[in-house]
Amino acid sequence: MSKTSSTIHGPNGSIPKANTWLLRTEHHGEERGRIFFKSRSTREIRNLQMRKNISHATTTIREKRKRVVSEVPNWEELRTRASQIKQHTLANLDVYLEEFERNVTRAGGKVHWARDAAQAREIALELVRESGASSVIKVKSMVTEEIGLNAYLSENGIEPTETDLAELICQLAGDESSHILVPAIHRNRVEIRDIFEATFAQKGSLEADPPKIAEAARKHLREKFLRSTVAISGGNFLVAETGSVAIVESEGNGRMCLTLPNNVISIVGIEKLIPTMEDLEVFLTLLPRSSTGERMNPYTTIWTGRPPAQMTPERETTEDRKSYNIILLDNGRTRVLSDEVGKQALACIRCSACLNVCPVYERVGGHSYESVYPGPIGAILTPQLVGDALAGDLAFASTLCGACYEVCPVKINIPEILIHLRSIHSDHKRDSVSGNLERGSFGIVGIVMGNTNLFNIASASVSRILKYGGPILNKIGKYLPPINGWVESRNLPKAPNDSLRDAYRKGTLDALLKK
Amino acid sequence: MKVAIFPSCIVDTIFPEAGAAAIRLLERLGVDVDFPLEQTCCGQMHLNTGYETRARKLAAKHLSSFSQYDWVIGISTSCTTTVREFYPQLLGATSAEVGGSGKFLELSEFLLDVLGVTELEGTFAKKVTFHTSCHSLRGIHLGDRPQRLLSMLEGIELIPLPKSDSCCGFGGTFSIKNSAISTVMMEEKLANVYWTGAEVLTAADSSCLMNLSGGIQAAKKQLTVMHYAEILEIATRQSQKKLLNHSGGR
Repeated sequence: MSKTSSTIHGPNGSIPKANTWLLRTEHHGEERGRIFFKSRSTREIRNLQMRKNISHATTTIREKRKRVVSEVPNWEELRTRASQIKQHTLANLDVYLEEFERNVTRAGGKVHWARDAAQAREIALELVRESGASSVIKVKSMVTEEIGLNAYLSENGIEPTETDLAELICQLAGDESSHILVPAIHRNRVEIRDIFEATFAQKGSLEADPPKIAEAARKHLREKFLRSTVAISGGNFLVAETGSVAIVESEGNGRMCLTLPNNVISIVGIEKLIPTMEDLEVFLTLLPRSSTGERMNPYTTIWTGRPPAQMTPERETTEDRKSYNIILLDNGRTRVLSDEVGKQALACIRCSACLNVCPVYERVGGHSYESVYPGPIGAILTPQLVGDALAGDLAFASTLCGACYEVCPVKINIPEILIHLRSIHSDHKRDSVSGNLERGSFGIVGIVMGNTNLFNIASASVSRILKYGGPILNKIGKYLPPINGWVESRNLPKAPNDSLRDAYRKGTLDALLKK
Repeated sequence: MKVAIFPSCIVDTIFPEAGAAAIRLLERLGVDVDFPLEQTCCGQMHLNTGYETRARKLAAKHLSSFSQYDWVIGISTSCTTTVREFYPQLLGATSAEVGGSGKFLELSEFLLDVLGVTELEGTFAKKVTFHTSCHSLRGIHLGDRPQRLLSMLEGIELIPLPKSDSCCGFGGTFSIKNSAISTVMMEEKLANVYWTGAEVLTAADSSCLMNLSGGIQAAKKQLTVMHYAEILEIATRQSQKKLLNHSGGR
């Protein structure tokens, strides 16, 4: 199988359908599969309970993050270092991937290469079948969501169980995750109690009390941990020099998955690679502080290939772990790598600091992004992974306020990439009426603004329109696109008596000053 | 030292009072300031909406309008951010090569860092709250410069705005393209503004103020909205002598 050279460019730059399982779009007639951020978010934003839950959670985590980041005197240096490590690795990805493969193989593991989601799913299913298991336990993983693994396993008779508490809540409720780190952030404790009591816990036993809820989940999962023979994980970091995989988590359920079953399968995006263990230190300082606002996360599991011996709980003896397999996934990443501006997004370590500070995410929640990857990072990653035609809307899901860039531990310039993606989107607009109208208008406005004489005329016209039409437009403007979006909640500005340039020319600046 | 003002197309057309105030204030500080009439728009709207080619043309024209000046004083943080932070990338060259986008300063940077203003003679006996625009914070990193200037005035009561670092929801064409979200952000920002009990809402960016004053008027609330340059100008209007209490020159 080809590996780093694998390309997923379809004809005319289109992207094969096989890569679009990360989309969570609703049915929209012929355009099924396309993300409609505006209509979805306009609906989601009316869910006041969801907004309250998310605002409460992100405000708390934001404050915690700020506190622990301020304790690190060389935080900015660390960010720069992390960004350099990632850029260097991405520029030499082929070399490091081969080094990683050699080291995994040497340690008794097996490396598989998956060009796209479909291939990764097939390999994973095949590996589970080989082990003879009919169920698997899962470590929290974004990439398995990206490839739609759970649904695929279920369709093929394998029952997956999420072991991360929040992922379990989503799985039991049939919810889609709405946050990278805290997938059930849209739910509060009362709702979670109801979900548990409706599924495995006894009715009336949990009282919306977090310790009781956690205890119930613990008991429910413990049995699965002890019985399962196959675990599936993602990976936070791949270390090329040793062939190691690192998982960073809070609950210890990941550690259970990685140590109890005899077969472990990891599915990891090729961009998760870093060269050395020393590099890992940089990221292990940045990641927990950025994501959960902790100085250090409770559990970091690092392993290499197939560990020599395992204690199996039932027999209370040690036994060789049967297999370790790792599937390295491209699924559009090499194409992203070819975009000079957009490739920065591949440095992402999925900390979700950008979600927690985003004023848009805080109001609309993760589901509005209609993608496995929500928030600012989702807005730059999704359009690049599935293409502008399906996800171009997301590039506009931002005021470009820059809060995301400021907190990003690997310095991804998210506003810059959003602007870049908007530019790609406007180039593709020629195929729709509204797109052409906008394009045409911006063309005309651009010509006017680029010419001082035309600008003088236009500036005077705007003033006149506001003066004579303003009061009327404030009333009827809500029926007039595109100003309806403004006038529904805001008045138009009042017209001045003179423009600044005219007053300056006439020497009447003082007449403009407020009394 | 040749100094020009770059008020932004929004100020020029819709809020000329802010531009006039900045010019008068600079004159009172002994600065001879020109308003080059060649200037139109810096191209921010085109750039941010995805019309890069058009933005590039506007950027080139914008720079050439100011080619003969040593300093270009902006009173719109998002426009100054566009020139200083985005032009080098947009025009594909370092800032020196594109005609020195580094000479574009925001008013408070010019007053504090170049002129070295340490005191202002003037009174503004009102409760004021300051909205820190995203671009002032994270674009050109103004820090608290505008507030430092305001606090030089007698009688002013600056009331901190809760969550002042969060966006007001304007975002240029975002306010129209995603108006529902923009509205919620604007309303939450205004709830914090009302909570301060301030009589005057101010900022270093007329775009944010256009958004917020639009919301205030639609909600029929009584609150004065003005650019901080206007406050500085009004407060120092009574000073008969030139306000030369600064070290002068960098």
